[in-house]
Amino acid sequence: MRLYAAVAAGGFRRYATYRTATAAGVFTNTVFGFIGAYTYIALWEQRPDLGGYDLSQALTYVWLGQALLMTCAMMGGGFEDELMERIRTGDVAIDLYRPVDLQLWWMASDLGRAGFHLLGRGIVPMALGALAFDLALPTRPTVWLAFLFSVFLGVVVSFAVRYLVALSAFWLLDGAGVGQIAFLAGLFFSGMLLPLTLFPGALGEIARALPWSSLLQVPADVFLERHTGWGLLGAFAFQAGWAAALLALGRLLQTVATRRVVVQGG
Amino acid sequence: MDGDSEGFIELDGIEKVFDVRRRAGLLRRERHQVRAVDGLSFRVARGEMVGYIGPNGAGKSTTIKMLTGILTPSAGRLRVAGIDPQRERTRLARRIGVVFGQRTTLWWDLPLIDSYRLVHRMYRIPDKRYQENLDRCVELLELGELLDVPVRQLSLGQRMRGDIAAALLHDPEVLYLDEPTIGLDVISKARVREFLRDLNAERRTTVLLTTHDLTDIEQLCQRVMVIDHGRLVYDGALTGLHEVGESERTLVVDLERELPPVELAGARVVKVEGPRQWLAFPASASAAPLVARIAAEYPLVDLSVREPDIESVIARMLSRRQIPEPAGPTPL
Repeated sequence: MRLYAAVAAGGFRRYATYRTATAAGVFTNTVFGFIGAYTYIALWEQRPDLGGYDLSQALTYVWLGQALLMTCAMMGGGFEDELMERIRTGDVAIDLYRPVDLQLWWMASDLGRAGFHLLGRGIVPMALGALAFDLALPTRPTVWLAFLFSVFLGVVVSFAVRYLVALSAFWLLDGAGVGQIAFLAGLFFSGMLLPLTLFPGALGEIARALPWSSLLQVPADVFLERHTGWGLLGAFAFQAGWAAALLALGRLLQTVATRRVVVQGG
Repeated sequence: MDGDSEGFIELDGIEKVFDVRRRAGLLRRERHQVRAVDGLSFRVARGEMVGYIGPNGAGKSTTIKMLTGILTPSAGRLRVAGIDPQRERTRLARRIGVVFGQRTTLWWDLPLIDSYRLVHRMYRIPDKRYQENLDRCVELLELGELLDVPVRQLSLGQRMRGDIAAALLHDPEVLYLDEPTIGLDVISKARVREFLRDLNAERRTTVLLTTHDLTDIEQLCQRVMVIDHGRLVYDGALTGLHEVGESERTLVVDLERELPPVELAGARVVKVEGPRQWLAFPASASAAPLVARIAAEYPLVDLSVREPDIESVIARMLSRRQIPEPAGPTPL
């Protein structure tokens, strides 16, 4: 455990070293937060209570999206580009020489990264959003704790999906195509563009049942106290279920990959 | 159980066959098999330092990958320190160290010391032992001022020394070195070699060294194994390799002006380019008498001696080796 804690700490510090990039990222998140907020205001004035959110909740949703965009890596990015490159060049062999589990290693590192992004890229845009708009912020500390736990589960699901994307490079060598599919799926099915509760019928049902809804839709609804009591446990179970299933799939794929596929390069 | 001292690393009839699919037409794909390693058997005793050389694509890296458990042999028996690498890759990983000249195990964005702290946890090295080993590596590899520098800012030579230290903090019993001096300047090369020699002498670390630099082998290894087309074609002392390969060193002489080819017993001119001439002489002979005679008989400005590179020694050896053999079916 101490090893993986050290790996996570390293993942945190790796991103923390690039301060200018962080500042630029915060700026971008804030700008997109304002754009999103005014778009939602226009939308909600036409259709109040869209998706069951009032305007204040809708604006909160926008700013949560910006705050969690990097944390839950909704558009991909982070470790999987690095891992795919390591698979492509054969550097992954080095990872396999170590007495560590590949999946746990990368997960710890990604959790460290997410921790940094939550603090470095999440708090400032959220605070600025709260200053500029009337947001529906939870008052009870337990709701904040539940939200943080839900974000944690969201990060794990996000990791598990991206790990599968990265492992595809063992077979495809160039995982860019898979990465782009994951990017589009993440952008849409996480609820980043529009809350998934807006979508009617079968599409809505499917979108809400897919793993990506764990990345934003579920944590946001926990934050907005739309999941309470048993419903909250249900939301956690939904996220944890996807996390467990996808991690297990990743583990299976990892076993097959390391056993069967030639590690590239001499 | 570490196995007997005779065979710390043991290979018996190891084969590795890769299935390669090649595009043969618009949609058609051809499957064919590549024998990267073809019936390899050898033993390395504990504390030996062995050069493992061969042309590109001969199967060196494939062998190392099997020895570390990353690849599974298609056939044969393999043991390292009594462990079957493929079955117990993680357990074996605690007892081996791997250094690649062209790849790094260090964390790119973080200071060097962070990678070492991680190694400390990764191999569960006792604190005291870790500190001792780190101090020793820092001193001998002169890493003191580099510990707080992010790895991406290190020069190639500094990074290489950093990588070697990272591979040794957990007291590995076996060290696999793949081109550890590639791209290093002369001073860095000498420093790395000296460190490896001491390590082998003091800790009896078993070392398997893959390199294209013959000087690495000359200075470090009593024994050389040459692999070609996945087979062991030579196993013995380096001097023997020179004899078998009849390898030659080259004396490059710069004369004052263009002159006809130098005539000298024991050497022959292989190339003339203006005032510069290249003379080949047997690697086993001393260069000193040749130099003395040229200096006495010719208007000499400058000279240098070039060691034979491994490729040409091996190429010569392989070409000679094929003469006495009866012509059989040529391997792939």
